[in-house]
This record gives sequence, structure tokens and C-alpha cells, in this order.
Amino acid sequence: MTTLLYDGSFEGLLTAVFEVYEHKMDAVNLVKTGKYTTAMFEQVITIVTDEARATRVLKGLKTKLSPMGVQRLYAAHLAEMDDEDNNLIGFIRYAFNSDKNIEEDYGNRFVVRVSEMVRMVRREKHRMEAFVRFQKLKDETFYASVEPDFNVLPLLIRHFKSRYADQRWIIYDLKRNYGLYYDLHDTQYITLDFAESNKPSDLMTAFSEEEGIYQHLWKNYFNSVNIKSRKNTKLHIRHIPKRYWKHLTEKI
Amino acid sequence: MDAERITEKLNILADAAKYDVSCSSSGSKRKNENKGLGNASNGICHSYTEDGRCVSLLKILLTNHCIFDCAYCVSRKSNDIKRAAFTVQEVVDLTINFYRRNYIEGLFLSSGIFKDADYTMERLVRIAKKLRTEHKFNGYIHLKSIPGASDELMNEAGLYADRLSVNLEMPTEAGLKLLAPDKNQADMIKPMGYLKDAIILHKEEKKLFKKAPIFAPAGQSTQVIIGATPENDSEVLQSANYFYKNFNLKRVYYSGYVPVLADSRLPTLNTAVPMVRENRLYQADWLMRFYGFKVNEIVNTQQPHLDLDIDPKLGWAIRNMQAFPVDVNKADLQMILRVPGVGLLSAQKIVSARKFGKLNWDHLKKIGVAINRAKYFIVCQSNEFERRDLTGNNIKQFILATSQSKYIKSTQSQLSLF
Repeated sequence: MTTLLYDGSFEGLLTAVFEVYEHKMDAVNLVKTGKYTTAMFEQVITIVTDEARATRVLKGLKTKLSPMGVQRLYAAHLAEMDDEDNNLIGFIRYAFNSDKNIEEDYGNRFVVRVSEMVRMVRREKHRMEAFVRFQKLKDETFYASVEPDFNVLPLLIRHFKSRYADQRWIIYDLKRNYGLYYDLHDTQYITLDFAESNKPSDLMTAFSEEEGIYQHLWKNYFNSVNIKSRKNTKLHIRHIPKRYWKHLTEKI
Repeated sequence: MDAERITEKLNILADAAKYDVSCSSSGSKRKNENKGLGNASNGICHSYTEDGRCVSLLKILLTNHCIFDCAYCVSRKSNDIKRAAFTVQEVVDLTINFYRRNYIEGLFLSSGIFKDADYTMERLVRIAKKLRTEHKFNGYIHLKSIPGASDELMNEAGLYADRLSVNLEMPTEAGLKLLAPDKNQADMIKPMGYLKDAIILHKEEKKLFKKAPIFAPAGQSTQVIIGATPENDSEVLQSANYFYKNFNLKRVYYSGYVPVLADSRLPTLNTAVPMVRENRLYQADWLMRFYGFKVNEIVNTQQPHLDLDIDPKLGWAIRNMQAFPVDVNKADLQMILRVPGVGLLSAQKIVSARKFGKLNWDHLKKIGVAINRAKYFIVCQSNEFERRDLTGNNIKQFILATSQSKYIKSTQSQLSLF
């Protein structure tokens, strides 16, 4: 068993695949650099991410998978789930080693696992599309903080860009400390420094005057549409798990 | 803006609208092509109320003043409640500002009937028009078709709204006559018929001319109230089936009656909401729309009611044991869809995966099949399968004994009255 350490990037993953084939490795254990704890009697190789090699692997992958299949793999990797790197590399190796497209071979454990991962990421993406709550700032920018389970911000760009084309907005991932900013033309990645104000909620002073009124109206609306005689707390929590509540205007 | 007054109006008019269960915001293909606000595509549930229902649209009445006196409705003329009415601008402002904050997918606008049908419908259409033309709003708009509204207004409504709906309210005409003496079913069906033809016509035009306007792209839906009148499930589903077939409806919603008013024609005030029955009706509805079941296979004169203990697909399976076991490695998709415990996605995955190799129990479990139900009805690449010659009733008992209904606390049996 050889342990491969990589930097966690998609290119790094593809470079690792290149090394596996280059050196005809058999059993490998792929680990992100930060997550590795040393074990005795183990051969450890550190993968140096190499754009050219990654591109070659990607090109090869595109002949083995549909464009959708490559996208799904990318999304599964993006999620940064712990201990899933071996399933990803297993999936890629299985794809390379087969003559036909294996995306729908749900009898294979790697294919099933990657499809589960994709489902988890997609669900989180969809949740963010639903649970983002913008607050209007004085300068007419709409700001939202989120803490998604997985790293889904890059997957949200298209949705929010086409939906809120006529307003500037920021969606900020507090967990991973970066955000998206749309300036009416394009989106870019940003990092905010909350050091001075300590908490994002201190932005309060920056909110527009009408913001409080609409939040109040929304909370009222949310309470008015509830039918008390149908109360079903279990179902409610299944739909909106409690960890999302702190960023939901109606649940604060 | 007078925040206090608006809040009060919103509370009254949202409260009055909440018994309309339609919440769907999907099925429209409206894109944001004018660099305006919003788009309507897949449908998103932005929040969920404490009763577990989704909040997707700003669902309000324009007004709860009403000239009708329908027994099941909180806004009925003779009910002594606070009345309110929004202005056109107020509805527009609320919609835009909620939408910009990502609270909602769009607007669901209904109304009590004031003066007459056309007068009311004209107001609803005016709001939709204003949102679309003055505010470049491309979010989802669902308008109620007011029974008896003119064809011209319905046509205009279709040009601005994504979905239109008329509520049939009662599954049968007799039920309607009993509880809503001011309404008649013919008035409700008329706009439905007009819209059905108009939607088909516009679709044809759209095929020929790319620039042709879109017309109610998310189609029409309706709602029936369950448990206020004595109709059985067979009557309810037959009627739903009739409207699916003849009016190309996208959805029929079933709304378990929530007792809100004391009236000798209605169940008493402390009657429980028939939530299990409602759930079974939705399951049956899905079987008709996605699983290739005919309505008569689910309910018929011998089986006028859906079984409350088990889902209708399992119900069908145990009445039709001659169709099983199904070999998942050979049977066609239509048959796999009929296996209890196998959903749409699982069925498709099975058909895809078996091209690569025969599937066993482990594979099926990973794919997502509910083995505890499916195991009585299938064989796969394994020596283990149900060898006993079980009757349908045996299977039902086994399944009930090994699973716990999420409704166990509220299980109530439905009596045949006639």
C-alpha cells in the first residue's frame, strides 16, 4: 500500500491519477496533505500538482465519461468530504480500466458512492438556493451569510447570477471564509475582513432603513401561513435542519 | 409605507389564503432575458412552516371580502371576521421586495369575489401585468382563475401568469351544491376549458415561431377538499383522473379539510384533519401520473377506499399476487415500477445498472430499494428469495409488523358510511 499525499485541488487529484498509472501502482491510499497522520512502515509519496499532467488525465477522462459525468465528478470532489478521496480515485481508475462508459454501473461500489456524494452535494446546493436570505445594505447591495455543509459556492454562481441580474449581491461562506460578489456584470470570489466589526451581524448599522420592515413582514407572513391544527414538528425539522436556522430570517 | 397597516393586512390575507395547498413553483421555463429580476425554472421551497408544508410563493388574497357564502371557507360572507384588501401597488411592492431577499419564488394571488367575477379577475390580471411589464419581473406567478371570468380576461391572465388554477373545491357536483350553493361547477369548468385550448394553441404557435409569446407555461391545476363531504376515495380519484385526462391539468391538489367553522353540513370543529387519507391520495395520484397505473387498478367499486395502513402500490400488489415475483434482472421498466419499495429513480437505476452485470440484494439496497417491502415481490441474482407461498394478507401483516408508520399516533380508520 502506497500513501499518496495531495493538496486537495482537483488538479492535484488528477495528477495523483497520472502518477498511479505512470508508476503502475496497485493499491494506493490517497490523502489530503493536512489530513495525514504518519504511520510506520508506510511508503509515502507527496504528489506535486502539475497542470500539464492534470490536463492530460482530464482529456483522457473525457473520452471515458460523458460531459455530465465529468461535471458530477468535479462536484463530488468540490464537496471536500472527509475520507472520500479513495472513492474518487477508485471511480477514476475504474473508468479508465473499462472499455465502456461506467457511469451507470450502480453495481460497482465506487460508482454508487460517487453518485451518493453527488446527491449530497446537489442537495446542499439546492438548499443554499432556497435558504440564502439577503439583507439589503445602505449601498443597495444585498448581503447573505451561509454555512453550508459542503463547499458549494462555486456551484451557486449560475443560479444567482441569472436570477438576481439587476442587483448587486454577496453570498458569504463563513465556514470557509470566502464569498461571491456580483457587481451587475460578473461574479468574483472575495474575502471579507470582519476583524474590525468582529461579527458579520455588526453590519447591522449598514442595513438600509426598509430592511427591518421587510424582515418583520416576512416573519409575520411565515407565522400567518402556518396551520396550527396540522402541526408536524418532525417534518418541519427534516425539511429545515436546525443548523440552518441561524441564517434564516424567519427562524431567528 | 405604513408598516403597521401593511403588517395587519398581510396577516389577515395570508391567513385566509393558506388553505389553498398548491405551492408548486416549477414547470415554467421563464428566463431572465431582459436583465430584469428573477427567473422561473425548477421550483424551490424557500422555507417550511411548522406544519411541515413548504413556503415557496407569497400566497395571499387580494381581498377577503366575498359575496359568496361557501360553508367550508373562512372568508364566507356570513362569517364574522376582519376584512382587508390590498392595493395593486402594495402587492407589487411586497412581491418584489420578498423576491429580492430570496424569500420566495414568486406570487400566488387569489381573491375573494367582490362585485363580480370579471371585476375581481381584472384586478388580479392588472397586478401580474404590472409586475411583468413595469418591473421586468420574471419570477413565478400563479393566478386564480375566478369562476365565470370572461375569455378575454383569461387570455390576458395566461399571457402574464405561469400557472392558473380554478379550485373545484368538492370532488363531486353534489358536494359542491351542498356546501357552496352560490357556485356551480359549470362556471368553474368554463375557464378551465378555455385555458386548455389556449395553452395547446400557444404551444403550437411556439413551435412555428420562436418569438410567439409564452402562455401559462406551467399549465393549470386545481384543488379538491377532502373529508368535508362524504365522497369516497374512488369518487375523488375518478374525478381527478377525469380532469387530468380532459383538461390536461398539471396537478390536482388534495386538501384535508381543516375544521374552521361550525356548520351542521360540516364535520364538527374538533374533527382531526384527515392527514393520512390526504397522504394516501397523493400517493395514488403519483401512481397515476408517474408509475403507469390506471385509476381503476387503484380504486374501484370493490375497493372504494384506499387502505390507510399501507401505501396504494403495496395495496395493488397484494391484490395482484399473480403478477409477482418480478425478476429485476429481466423485467421491463413498467413492471419494475410496480414493485412496492421501488421508486422512480431506483427503477431507472436498476434498468441502467443491469446492463453491466446481474444485480443482487446488496446492489439493490445500495441503489436505494426499500428491501423490507420489495423482498416479497422480487427475485434477483441470489439464492435467497421468498419461498413461502404467502397470501397478500400475510405479506401485509409481515410488513406492518416490521415497520413503523410515521402516522402511528394519528391512525384513524375510515368507515364506509354507505
